[in-house]
Amino acid sequence: MRFRPTFSLAVWGIVISLTFARAQTVPLAMPKHVEAGSIFSVSTEGSGKAVLYIVGPGQALRHDVQLGEKIEFASELHNAGHYSAFLVGPLSTQTAEFDVIAEQPSTLSFLAKPSRLPIDSHAGISGVVYVFDAFRNLVLVPTEVSFELSQSRGAAQTRTVATNNGVAWVKLDSASQAGAAQFLARVGGIAEKRVIQQVPGEPCNLRMSARKSGAWVELETEPLRDCKGNAVPDGTIVTFIERNNGTESTVDVPLKRGIARTNLPSNDGATISVATGVVMGNEIRWQP
Amino acid sequence: MAAVTKSGRAQAVAPLLVASSIFGTLLLMSAVEQPAVRVANADSVGPRTLEAQTRSAVIRDYLAAWSSLSHALDENNAHLLDTDFTGLAREKLSDTIADQQKLGLRTLYLDRQHDIHLIFYSPEGLSVQLLDSVEYDVQVLDHDKVQATQHVRTQYLAVLTPTEVRWKVRIFQSTPE
Repeated sequence: MRFRPTFSLAVWGIVISLTFARAQTVPLAMPKHVEAGSIFSVSTEGSGKAVLYIVGPGQALRHDVQLGEKIEFASELHNAGHYSAFLVGPLSTQTAEFDVIAEQPSTLSFLAKPSRLPIDSHAGISGVVYVFDAFRNLVLVPTEVSFELSQSRGAAQTRTVATNNGVAWVKLDSASQAGAAQFLARVGGIAEKRVIQQVPGEPCNLRMSARKSGAWVELETEPLRDCKGNAVPDGTIVTFIERNNGTESTVDVPLKRGIARTNLPSNDGATISVATGVVMGNEIRWQP
Repeated sequence: MAAVTKSGRAQAVAPLLVASSIFGTLLLMSAVEQPAVRVANADSVGPRTLEAQTRSAVIRDYLAAWSSLSHALDENNAHLLDTDFTGLAREKLSDTIADQQKLGLRTLYLDRQHDIHLIFYSPEGLSVQLLDSVEYDVQVLDHDKVQATQHVRTQYLAVLTPTEVRWKVRIFQSTPE
């Protein structure tokens, strides 16, 4: 028996035809867009039993279906995204693609930075809001977000920004007065609040006085304030330096009730200086 | 005579086997093929400048996330998501894998093409948002039997956030184009 190409081709043709017939696809009457969690139905044609598959990275469903009857969806599809639907019947496969879209805004993801910053920082505070629905889908319809930064004294800063691809952002200035500020993001009746601590800036006019106390010189700063008159927080380190005949004595003192105090040896002709952070204070040439 | 018949059958089946093996090889080659990737210039990504190195890292990690997603949904193994997904995206994909396991399904996603636009880099540098016009093939298997395959073209929105060593996808959602 010899190889007969016609027979082989015929077999191969049948295989391909059967495969094609099995894979033959016709459109399935799915809506193009469905709101997340909504109730809807899809009609089918034909007769016999079939299986409906709905797949996407967001969700996977499988339903046994009686062809010719409606397929009911009772809030099952709740993750927004693009889905492929396949109704696999005995003779054909019906296919469709559709999108599940987010419903109304329900929650906000609000990121406010930093949580602590100096006063008078231009565009120093940023707020970023992502808007989600009840099923934690990102709401992509442009939505107005109002931002408000306020504290007990002074006028509040407000901005209204529409979301773009689900996100809205804003940059605001810190106030000139130290204290806690409320940073609020609001969409309709949904609000999220963050607290931003606005701390005094660098001290202004660091000044100290000196007086003799036995073998010591007693040093004391005036109450430390920033250039806006805000008290510099306690714990801020103030450094006193005494230089005398090539020797140097240094004392670091934390601020207590706005004032730093210390004692250094009383050396005739010594130079005493004071500093905190990047700010230099006055200098005293000590003559007891 | 019997030997002759066997030989004849073998001759008749041989071309089929060759054709099948070529077809199988082509399918396998297409499966390991890298997707075509195009990244649009990111001149305006919002309030923060996106450095070239950050941009490359974000794209690299986003594409790796597609690979993880494909393996995880094919093998129904949520742990495969850990490297590239976090937060909401990881939770939702894990839920899908749980759905698939329960139903006896597997899905095979083969991304063919990505056209990526970086659209937002947040002021504090803690999130990058991108849009990806993607083409992929999806195949559904019910108890390991292939049921259907579809070529899909859609747009994905992803938000990535930095972790210790890489960017991870935190929000992953397709959007109507």
